[in-house]
Amino acid sequence: MGGKKIKSVSYAKYGYIFSLPFVLAFLIFTAYPVLYTAVIGFTDLKGLGKTDFKFLENPFQNFIQILKTPSFQESLGNTVLIWTVNFLPQILLALLLTAWFTNQRQKIRGQGAFKVLFYMPNIITAATIAILFSTLFGYPMGPMNDLFKLLGLSQEPINFLNNKTTARMVVSFIQFWMWYGQTMIVLIAGVLGINPELFEAAEIDGATSRQVFFYITLPSLRTIMLFTLVTSLIGGMQMFDIPKLFLNGGPDNATLTVSVFIYNQAFSGSYMYNRAAAASMILFIIIVVLSAILFYVMRDKDAAKLKKEIKKMKAAQKAAAKGVQA
Amino acid sequence: MSRKPEPLAGRAISKTIKYIVCIFLAILSIMPFWIMFMNATRSTYEIQATSIALLPSTYLESNWKVFHGKSFNPLVGFKNSVIIAVFTTIVNIYFNSLTAYALVAYQWKLRQPFFSFIMAILMLPAQVSSIGFYQFMYRIGWTNSFLPLILPAIAGPGVVFFMRQYLLGALSIDIVNSARIDGAGEFYTFNRIVLPIMKPAMATQAIFTFVGSWNNLFMPLILLTDNKNYTMPIMVSLLRGDIYRREYGAIYLGLSLTVLPLFIVYFALSKYIIAGVALGSIKE
Repeated sequence: MGGKKIKSVSYAKYGYIFSLPFVLAFLIFTAYPVLYTAVIGFTDLKGLGKTDFKFLENPFQNFIQILKTPSFQESLGNTVLIWTVNFLPQILLALLLTAWFTNQRQKIRGQGAFKVLFYMPNIITAATIAILFSTLFGYPMGPMNDLFKLLGLSQEPINFLNNKTTARMVVSFIQFWMWYGQTMIVLIAGVLGINPELFEAAEIDGATSRQVFFYITLPSLRTIMLFTLVTSLIGGMQMFDIPKLFLNGGPDNATLTVSVFIYNQAFSGSYMYNRAAAASMILFIIIVVLSAILFYVMRDKDAAKLKKEIKKMKAAQKAAAKGVQA
Repeated sequence: MSRKPEPLAGRAISKTIKYIVCIFLAILSIMPFWIMFMNATRSTYEIQATSIALLPSTYLESNWKVFHGKSFNPLVGFKNSVIIAVFTTIVNIYFNSLTAYALVAYQWKLRQPFFSFIMAILMLPAQVSSIGFYQFMYRIGWTNSFLPLILPAIAGPGVVFFMRQYLLGALSIDIVNSARIDGAGEFYTFNRIVLPIMKPAMATQAIFTFVGSWNNLFMPLILLTDNKNYTMPIMVSLLRGDIYRREYGAIYLGLSLTVLPLFIVYFALSKYIIAGVALGSIKE
C-alpha cells in the first residue's frame, strides 16, 4: 500500500491533464453560453444577424415583458399540463408492468420481446414521430378517421387536431408512448437491485404478491422513482421536437410549449434574442426550483420514514428477544 | 400465518389479462410504424381510399420518384447526419472515458470535488443556454459548421459517470502498474491497455450517443441554415411543408426512410440497448 501511494503522488498531474479536455469543452460550450444567455436577457439584442448589444436602462425590462406576455403564460401552462398528463399514466403503467414482470409466482413469457417493443418508440427520431402522428390524425382522410369509421364511433370525418384539448392530449399521449417503456426498464432494474433476502423473508412469512409489491418493492424504489421524476420533469419542461413539428404550437397556441415559444421568439418574426434569453433564464429558474422542491420533499420523507423503520425494527427485535426468552 | 393459495380460476384470469394488456401495448408500439411502412408502398389514390392497410402495395418505386424529384436530396441529410453522429460518438466516448480514467486511476487533490461537480452538472438543462450558444457561434462564424454540433460532446457528464462506475469494477491497478514498470507512458497505457478493457461499456454508451445525436433537432435547426448542411431530422421537418402537399405516398416513404436505419440498428442491438438503459439507471 505504502509503495503505491508514493508512486501515485508522482502521477497525480495526469489526473488534471486527462480531465482537461472535459473541463475546457464544458467551459467553452456550456458555462460560457449559459452566462452569455443570462447577459443577453438584460440587453436590447434583437434582429437577424445582430451580435452587438447595449444594456437596457431598466435591466429587468425583458423579464417583466416576458412574464406579462399572454402566449408565454399559456406556454408555461401548456408545458406543465402536457407533462403532467403524460407522466402520471406513464409512471403508473410502468409500475404495473414492473410488478407483473418481476412477479416470481406468475412469470410472463416473452418478457424480452415485450421490453424490446415497449422501448422501441423511444429511439425513433422524435421529429419523424411528430410528423407521422400528424399524418395519422389527418383530416378529412387519415388512418385515425378510418379507424373511427371502422369502429362505428363516427360517420363524419373528425378534424381531431383542430380541437385544443384533443391536440394537447395527443401530444401528451406521444410523450407517454415514447417514454413508458424506458421508465419500466429503469424500474425493473431497480427491483432487480433490491436485496433478494427481503423477498425471501416475505415469501417465508406468507405475504401475497400484492403485499410484497406495496410493502417491499415500492418503498425500495423511492430513490429510483425520484430520479425518474426529476429527469422526466427536466426533459418535459424543455419539450420541443414533438410540439414544434406536430402542430407548430397550434391550434390557437394549445400545444405551444416554453421551448417552442423561446425558439419562435429568437428564430422567427423579429428575432428577439433578448426576450428569448430572458424566457430561457425564467425556464432555468423554474426547473431548478421545481427540482429542488422535489428533492427536498422526497428526501425529507425518506429520512423520516427510515427513522420510523429503524424504531420499528428495534421494537421488533426487542419483542423477538422477549419471545426467545419466553 | 399460512399462505392461502389463490384459486386456480382467478390465476388463469389474471394471467390472461396480463397477456392481453402486454399484447395490446406491443401492437400500440408497432401499429403506427406498420401503417407508415405499408403506406410507403401504396399510391396516394389508394391511401385516400383507405389509409390503413396491413399489406403492402406496388407503388414503392413511383413514390420514390415523387419523393426524390423535389428540390432537395434526402441522401444529403443522411450523409450529414452520419458524419455528425459518427464524430460526436467518437469524441464523446473517447474524451469522457479519459476523464473517467482520471477519476479512477489517479490520486489528485481535486478529484473528489471534480466528481461532485460532474454529478451537479449531470442534470443541467441543455436548452437554457441555446441563445447564448447561437450568438457565440454566430460571432465566430461557426454557424453552418458541424463543429458546434460535435465538439460539445467532449464534455458528457453522464458518460463520465457511467464509465467511472464501470472502471471501478473492471480496472485493476496492477495492470496499470505493470505497464508502468515496462516503461509505458500514461497516455500509451490508457490507449492500449485501459481502452480495450472498457470496450463493453463504450459500446453501450456509443449506441446511445449515436442515436441521441442522430435524432437531435433543436441545435441543428438553429445552427444549420444552408440546405446542403441539413441533417436528417431537419429534412423530416420539411415533409410537413408545402412541397409534398397531397403526395401521401411520398410523405410516408420519406418518414420510413428515416425510421428504417434506426429499426435495423435497434433490432440488431436491442439486447445491449435494453441492458444499457437498465445499467444507466442505477445511480447511487
